[in-house]
Parts: sequence; C-alpha cells; structure tokens
Amino acid sequence: MNVAVVKYNAGNIFSVLGALKRLGVNPVLTDDAETLLGADRVLFPGQGEASHAMQYLRARGLDRVICDLKAPMLGICIGQQLMCRHSEEGDVDCLGLFDVDVKLFHPQRHEDKVPHMGWNSLQFNSTEESQRGDEGLFKGLKDGDYVYFVHSYYVPLCPKTIAATDFIQPFSSALHKDNFWATQFHPEKSGRVGEQIIKNFLEL
Amino acid sequence: MLAKRIIPCLDVKDGQTVKGTNFVNLRQAGDPVALGHAYSEAGADELVFLDITASHEGRKTFTDMVTRVAETLSIPFTVGGGIGSVADVDRMLSAGADKVSVNSAALKRPELIDEIAGKFGSQVIVCAIDAKETDGYWETYINGGRIPFGKGLMEWAHEAQERGAGEILFTSMNHDGVKAGFANEALAQLSEELSIPIIASGGAGCKEHFLDVFREGKADAALAASVFHFGEIGVQELKSYLRSNDICVR
Repeated sequence: MNVAVVKYNAGNIFSVLGALKRLGVNPVLTDDAETLLGADRVLFPGQGEASHAMQYLRARGLDRVICDLKAPMLGICIGQQLMCRHSEEGDVDCLGLFDVDVKLFHPQRHEDKVPHMGWNSLQFNSTEESQRGDEGLFKGLKDGDYVYFVHSYYVPLCPKTIAATDFIQPFSSALHKDNFWATQFHPEKSGRVGEQIIKNFLEL
Repeated sequence: MLAKRIIPCLDVKDGQTVKGTNFVNLRQAGDPVALGHAYSEAGADELVFLDITASHEGRKTFTDMVTRVAETLSIPFTVGGGIGSVADVDRMLSAGADKVSVNSAALKRPELIDEIAGKFGSQVIVCAIDAKETDGYWETYINGGRIPFGKGLMEWAHEAQERGAGEILFTSMNHDGVKAGFANEALAQLSEELSIPIIASGGAGCKEHFLDVFREGKADAALAASVFHFGEIGVQELKSYLRSNDICVR
C-alpha cells in the first residue's frame, strides 16, 4: 500500500511517520502532486498557524491537489481545521471540504485553560446525518475512549461530525465526508486507541 | 472532560536511566526506551526525560535516545536538562520530542521563552521551576536546586506565562524526596493565579498524595519519579484509585 504524508511547513510530523512505521507501512513524505494523487492513503498532519499553512499550500498548488484526492485522506489537528471553510486563526479561507468555520476557544471559567491540551474523551454518533462514528475510522473503539489534544481553535459541531468532545462546549473532534476524514486530536500520540484509529484508516 | 495527567519522570545519564532499577521486573530497566514503553503500556499519560549528563558527548547520546523514544512511544513526551537556546530546542523537536522544558537558562535569560514561543509556539514550552519556601516566601533556584536565584516563585511563574510558556512544572524543594505529599498550597495559588496548566512535582509518597494534589493543589498534572520507578505505586492502580474518588483520569 502506498501511503503518502503531505509535506508542508506544519511542524513536527516525526510522530505521524513513526506511528505509520510501527504499523508496518513505509510512508513517503511528499509535496509532489502526482505522488499524492497516486497514493492509496494520504495523511495531512500538522501543527502550526492556519494562514501561513494555507499560504504555503496555495503557493505550491497543494490546495487543489488535496481537494482532488479520491483515495481516503486523514487530516490531523491543523489538518482538520484547514479542511474546513474558514479559520479565525489569521482570518483565512481554507480548503472548504467541510462546510463549517473554525473558531477560537473562549474560556468560560478559570479552569478552562486554553490551549485545550491533554487527554479528553470521544462521544460518537453525535449528529443524525453522519454515519455512526464508531464504524469506519472508529471501529473497535467505545464511547468515552480517550485521545490526546493540543489546540486553541476548534471546529463546531456540524452535520459531518462523527465524534464530539466536550471542552468549554462540545466540539467536533472528528469529521467525515466521502473519502475525507479528519481528527482534531493526534491519533499518533493517543496510545493504543490512536494506533487502532490509524490502523482502521489504513483498512478503510 | 479533560483528564488529569499522571507523568512519570526519568532521569537519564549517558543514555541510561538513573534510579529506574526496580521497575516491574523490567529486564532493561536502565534503557530509557524500554522503560518509557513500559510506562506507556501501564497507562502513563505523558513522560518526561531529563538529561542529567554534563558532557558534550552525553548530550549527543541523549539526542539519539530522544529519536529512539519517539520511534517507539505513542504518547507525548517532554525532554529537559541543559536546554539553553532556540538551537537546543530545535535539536530536541527535530529528534522527535513533543515538548521541551527550560529551567535555569530561562531564569538567567527570560527572553529565551519569548524566542522559543515565537519560533515553535507556546505548546512546546514547559517552564520548570525549582523553588524553596522559607518563612512563607518561595524563592526560585537554579542549577538543579543548588543556587538561590533571588526571584520569587509567583513573580517568575507570571512572567514565564506572559512570555509564552505553555505549562509550568513546579518542583517544591521542601517536599521533593520527602514523600509526605505535594506543596498543595503553593500549587493551588499558582493554579488560581495563572491561566496555563500546572504540573505538580515533588513529594509523592502514596496514592492519597495524588488525590490531594488534584483536589487541594488544583494541579492539572502530577509528576513523580521514584514511587513509580521502584514499583511502590503502579500507574494503573493509581488511576483506578483516583477514578473511584471522582478524579477524571484516562
């Protein structure tokens, strides 16, 4: 299986590559359009700042390449946010694969410390339109399983939400539409649960 | 709900863990990679690897170790010890670390925090503070707690947050190694005054101490070394205990 990881200036992708290697696949890190379009699976990871990331993607035509992908793609963290319509971070238009806008967390109580950093739990089948989240990407997982988050901006609940997490208010911790999947959390840092998710993605 | 974190800390010297000799029948207890993996399997939420080597060669060994840890571990980990420049941070993050802790160098030159935050973001910086209380005043110390620095704990913690630290790792020198509980009063004050997560360190001796540090100390995470390394408390057993006392843990 050809697994490609989108190469762009979005922070530490070491752990994504490491997680794939632990599952026995040898990913290629690339920004080459043909390689990405020819891959069986594409991962779109990253941390970093949304407007700079979008600028980088557009300058290399990667925005169109990502939207043209037919193979299953998984966006992680900032990857999920960039797949949405618009982000408050840097007030930037994003890829628009999901019809929802990315917002900044506003703490309601002193205990709500932003960034939302650490282990929080997943709740599946949060909306009616989407498939039950615990199929497909979340096969073998159960409501309440914990995953690792680090982020200050979030995707609100929307019809494409397949998992929700509660921090300040419930938000989209995972999205799905057609061949596009996305998680706000870092499966590559989420222990066994995360490994299962990456394995499920490879087996979709 | 966001879970409280349990963080075992491993001291590493010349590529080998120090103190970790009694850990659950692990054959290679001295190998930080094997020990880190064992903790991850046991349910640790994060790990901290502290480089206590002084030599240049030791530093190179540590960087190689960080890469091996990153290849093996599927939970986040922080590295620290001797971080003095943006180049040091770059080296550690490039080797695969998720976060870097700064201590003495940041006290001596606070701009270091601004520089790291500006280049890599606040989420990678853990500001480690060693402090000792005398007559109600908490003073910060540098060089592994050997030299008093003349700056107050609260003053420095506020400054570190404003300069862009993502978390505070506070070690009470009064409590460290005593195994009589964490410095809950000072921790609660830090937690109430600051808006970034507080990691409590120093004083863990039994499970009840962890319950106290989350309830009374209002800490977001608790770090310990010897109680875990010597198998006095198992991570999973500790979490069951906390869960049964209504503390949210993974």
